[in-house]
Amino acid sequence: MPRIVVDVMLKPEILDPQGKAIVGALPRLGFNAFSSVRQGKRFELTVEGDVTDEILAQAREAAETMLSNPVIEDVVNVEVVADQP
Amino acid sequence: MSDISTDSAQKFNIDTVENAAATPDVQLPWAELGLKQNEYDDVVKVLGRRPTGAELAMYSVMWSEHCSYKSSKNHLRQFGEKVTEEMKKDMLVGIGENAGVTNLGDGWAVTFKIESHNSPSFVEPYQGAATGIGGIVRDIISMGARPVAVMDPLRFGAIDHPDTARVMHGAVAGIGGYGNSLGLPNIGGEMVFDPIYQGNPLVNALAVGVMRHEDIRLANASGLGNKVVLFGARTGGDGIGGASVLASESFDSTKPSKRPAVQVGDPFAEKVLIECCLELFKGSLVEGIQDLGAAGISCATSELASNGDGGMEVELTSVLLRDPTLTPGEILMSESQERMMAVVSPDNVAAFEAVMDKWAVEYSWLGEVTGTGRLIIKWEGEVIVDVDPRTVAHDGPVYDRPYARPDWQDALQADTFTGSVQDAGRPATPEELKAAVLELIASPNMCSKDWITNQYDRYVGGNTAMAFPDDAGVVRVDEETGLGVALATDANGRYTFLDPYHGAQLALAEAYRNVATSGAIPMAVSDCLNFGSPEDPDVMWQLAEAVRGLSDACMELGIPVTGGNVSLYNQTGSTPIHPTPVVAVLGRFDDVARRTPSGWAEDGQAIYLLGTTAAELDGSEWANLRGHLGGAAPKVDLQRERELGEILINASRDGMVDAAHDLSEGGLAAALVESSLRFNTGARVALDEVAARDGVDTFTMLFSETQGRAIVAVPRSEEVRFNDMCTARRFPVSRIGVVDAAGGALDIQGLFTVPLDELREAHEGTLPKHFG
Amino acid sequence: MTETPLIGSYPAGQGGAPLNGARIGVVTFPGTLDDRDAARAVRVSGATAVELWHGDSSLGGVDAVIIPGGFSYGDYLRAGAIARFAPLMAKIVDAANSDALLPVLGICNGFQILTEAHLLPGSMIKNDHLKFLCRDQVLRVENNATAWTNAYAAGQDITVPLKNQDGQYIADEKTLDALEAEGRVAFRYVGANPNGSRRDIAGISNAAGNVVGLMPHPEHAVEAGYGPGHTGTDGLGFFTSVLNTLLGGK
Repeated sequence: MPRIVVDVMLKPEILDPQGKAIVGALPRLGFNAFSSVRQGKRFELTVEGDVTDEILAQAREAAETMLSNPVIEDVVNVEVVADQP
Repeated sequence: MSDISTDSAQKFNIDTVENAAATPDVQLPWAELGLKQNEYDDVVKVLGRRPTGAELAMYSVMWSEHCSYKSSKNHLRQFGEKVTEEMKKDMLVGIGENAGVTNLGDGWAVTFKIESHNSPSFVEPYQGAATGIGGIVRDIISMGARPVAVMDPLRFGAIDHPDTARVMHGAVAGIGGYGNSLGLPNIGGEMVFDPIYQGNPLVNALAVGVMRHEDIRLANASGLGNKVVLFGARTGGDGIGGASVLASESFDSTKPSKRPAVQVGDPFAEKVLIECCLELFKGSLVEGIQDLGAAGISCATSELASNGDGGMEVELTSVLLRDPTLTPGEILMSESQERMMAVVSPDNVAAFEAVMDKWAVEYSWLGEVTGTGRLIIKWEGEVIVDVDPRTVAHDGPVYDRPYARPDWQDALQADTFTGSVQDAGRPATPEELKAAVLELIASPNMCSKDWITNQYDRYVGGNTAMAFPDDAGVVRVDEETGLGVALATDANGRYTFLDPYHGAQLALAEAYRNVATSGAIPMAVSDCLNFGSPEDPDVMWQLAEAVRGLSDACMELGIPVTGGNVSLYNQTGSTPIHPTPVVAVLGRFDDVARRTPSGWAEDGQAIYLLGTTAAELDGSEWANLRGHLGGAAPKVDLQRERELGEILINASRDGMVDAAHDLSEGGLAAALVESSLRFNTGARVALDEVAARDGVDTFTMLFSETQGRAIVAVPRSEEVRFNDMCTARRFPVSRIGVVDAAGGALDIQGLFTVPLDELREAHEGTLPKHFG
Repeated sequence: MTETPLIGSYPAGQGGAPLNGARIGVVTFPGTLDDRDAARAVRVSGATAVELWHGDSSLGGVDAVIIPGGFSYGDYLRAGAIARFAPLMAKIVDAANSDALLPVLGICNGFQILTEAHLLPGSMIKNDHLKFLCRDQVLRVENNATAWTNAYAAGQDITVPLKNQDGQYIADEKTLDALEAEGRVAFRYVGANPNGSRRDIAGISNAAGNVVGLMPHPEHAVEAGYGPGHTGTDGLGFFTSVLNTLLGGK
C-alpha cells in the first residue's frame, strides 16, 4: 500500500528552541560538522489502492489545513512513497 | 470496536492443552523465561502435565519476583499480623488488593499506595518514570477512586556523574510529562543523590485517590454469567523483551523476533480512561475491576478469577491488538499501558458500551465468569490455558531465603564518625560554623529542589492546600467541610545500612513526624521496599530486619500498613544499593484550612525548639559531606514521636502555632535555614541555653540528627497556652528566638549572621548548576 | 464535574451585585484538565457553571464560554490542533463573531485552541527553555476594557499561576505591531520573561474585546488558601468581569 509523506517545518523566521538544544548537544558526542539544526515533523498517510491526483490533492489540503499551522509552519514536501517491499 | 483479522491465527502452531497432555516430552524454554527448575517442576505438578506455551508464559511472569513476592512474602506477613483491633478500625480495605482504603469519615474514603519502577527508569528514564506514574494511578482508579495527587521519591547517583544527568532529566520530565497530563498535582517527593544508586536509580511513585464509601470497588470476578471486558489501549509488544523466546511458538520465521523491553506510556489515553472509569463507577456499571500492570492480561485474568467465586473463560483472539503478529503467549505477557479489565453484568453491557463510545475508548468482550473454578483461555475455540487461577495469582512459590547478619556489620557499627579521620578539623569557630551551614544547605541532598518541582503542576484540581517544600502534601477532599488528607514520604538508606531494623523505623518516624508537623493525624502507611538481591544473605538479612522493624513500629505508633511494594535485585554486580525502605504516611485533617506551613512569616513571633538533642552524627548529612558512613543510626523513640505529634497536631488545630518544621536530615541548621527561606523572613536565635541544657556543644546542636524534634513559630498571644500544653505533657521545649522580618538574615547569637540572600543563593544554586 | 457546591468565603461581588442566573459554559474535550477548576471559579464569582461537551452541537444558551486548560487530545499534532475542529467549536466561533459578541475566555490550552481556530492571532510553541514550568507569575493588566478584564485597573499587577510546556507566544512582527497599536495586548509578563513569549505577551484579545486568551491560569487564584502564596485570589477578577459585562450589556 502506497504512502504519501508530508514534511512540515517551522517557518524559517521562527526560533526553534528544540533545534537549538540539539545543535548544542551534537558536538558533545563528537559531531562537529553541523552549524544548525531545525526540528520538524514527518507524516505518513497510507492510501488503500493507487494514489490518484485527487488523493494527492487531498493530502496537500490536509497538510495545509490540519497537519501544519500556517501561522508558524510550512509544508515543505508532499511526496508519494511506494509500497513497502 | 473492529474485528480482528483471524488470518494471523493461522500463522501460529497453537500449543493447546490437548496437545500438551499428548506430548509430555516437548522441551519448553522455561529457563529463558526466568523460571527455575524447581518452579517448572511445580508447574508440571500443579497441572498434572506439561504446561502449554501460553500457560508457561503466564506462570513465568506471575511467579516472577516482581509479581509473586516469593522472596519477601514470608516476611511481609508481619504487616498483616502485627495489627491490633484499634489499628483496623478505619481500614476499609487492607493489604492484598490493588491499594489499601482508609475511612476518612463523613462517608469519604481515601486510597493510596507507593510503588517502584526502578529498572525501567535506568533503561529509559523518561518512559520508565512516566509509566511508573501511570501504573500507580491505575491501581488507585481500580479501587473506585478519583486520583487526586501524586508524589515522587527519587534516588539517583552522584550529582556530578554524567549518567546521573541522563537519568535526572529523563525521569523528572517523564514524571512531569505523565502526571501533569493526567491533571494530577504533584504535592511532594524526595531527591537524594548517592553514588550507591548510580547503576540502580530508585524511582518510586505514590498516588492517592478519594471516593465515597459506596464507590469502593474490588478486583474480583463474581456472578455466574457476568461478562469480562478489556478496555483502553490496544495490546502491543510492550515490555515483553524476554518473552521473545516464545516467538518459537510460532514456528514461523517471517515474524520479527525483537520485542521492546520498555513500556511506552500515553498519558492522554490514561486521562480518558480515568474519566471513563469514574463514569462507570458513578453508574454502578461494573461488578469488579482490575488494572493491567506487570504481567498484563495474565495478571488481570488470574487475579480477577482467583479473587472471585467461580472461574473465568476468555477467548484470547478477542483482544484488540496494535501488532497482529503477537503470539498468544506474547499477548498474555504484554505490558502495554493504559488498559483495564472489568466484570460487567449482562444488563449493564449496553450502558457500559455507551460510556466507552462517549470517550472513544476501545473495548472488547473477552468472555465471562463461569462456575468451574478454572481459568480457561481459548484461541479460536481451542483451549490453550486451563489452570486453577489461584495457583497462578496467589499460590505461587514462596521462598525462605537464607539470611544472616553480615560479618562486617559489627565493624561498621563500631566505626563512629566522632573521632574518625573524616571528623578531623570539625568546625568550631563562628566563621567555620557559618561556612559549614552554607556548605550543608548547598549540598546535593539539602539544596532547594525547585529545579525539579517547577516542572510539576501543583495547582490542577484546585484542592492542593499545601505542597513542597512544606513538610507534607495536603489535599482537600470535601470542599464544603474542608476535610482533607496529608501525605509524606521518607527514607534514609544510610541509616538503614547502619541498622536495618532501626533504619526502617526511622523512615516511618520521619514520615509520621512530617504529617503531624503539618497538623494532620497520621492514619495509615504504605511502604516501598527497595533492596538488593534476595539471594545474597546479607541483603536478605537487611530485608528481614527492615520489615521486622517497620512492622513493630507501625504497631507501636498504632497505624497500619494498608499496601505497598517490594523491589528487589537493585544491585550492580555484587554491590547492592543501601537497603532503602521508603515509607509513606497518610494523615487526616478535619479542615485543611488549619494546615501549618513549614516557615515563619510574622515578625516578632516566638521560635521554640521541641525535643532534646544528643550527639548523633553517625549517618548524618554532615558525615556524608565528610565522606563517612559508619556507627549507630539515631535512636528511635516512638513514644516521644507520638507525644511530639500530639503537641504539633493540637497546636495546629487550636491556632497555637503559625509555622512548624520537623528536624531530620541536616538537623537544626537545615531546619532554621529552610524555615527562614520559606517565606523569606529571617530570625534571631540563641542556642547556648538549650545546648547547655542538653549537654552538647554548638556544632552538635546544629548538625546532630537526633529524632523527635521540631521547631515552631508561636504568636506572642499564644505563648502561655503553648508552654502550658508542653509542660502538662512533660515535653521538653525551649524558646530559642524570634522571627525577625526587618533583619533579613538568620542571626545565631554569639556565632554568626547570614543574610537571607546569601543563604538563598547557596540553597538555590546547586541543581541549576548541575542540570541547567 | 459533580462538585458539591462551594460554601465558603468569596468576595461579595467585585464591581457590583452578583448576577443571579448568569450561565457560563465550560467546555470539556478529551484530555481537558482544568474544567472543574474553571467551573469552581464561575461558582465562586456568583454565576452558574454549565458543563459543555465538545461533541455537543449547541451552546445551550449560555451567556459566555470558557475554554479551560489541559492537554486536549494529548496536545497531539499541536496543542489545540484537533480540539479546534470539534462541533462545539464551530458554534463558539460563530457566536463570538456574531452581533451578540459572546464573551469567550481561553485559558492556556484554551488560548491555544482559540489561536488554532483563528479567533485570536499568533500561536504558541515550546517554552524557550524546553521544560514544563509551574510558577506564580506576576502579570500586568494592559487592557481593562475587555469582557474579561473590566474588573481590573489598567496597569494593575496581579499574580496568577503559570503552568505549561508550550507557552511561548509568537506572531509575525506585523501582527505584533497591530496588537500593540490596537491595544489588544491584554496581559504582559512582569519581571523575567518565563518562556520567550514575544513582547512579553501573556494574553491578548480580539478587536471587539469579547474574546480573550491567556496562558496563565486565573481559575487557580480564586480561593484563599489555594492560590499563589496561600492567599492569592487575583484571578477572581476575570470571572466577575464577565458578570459585569453581561449586566452592562457590553
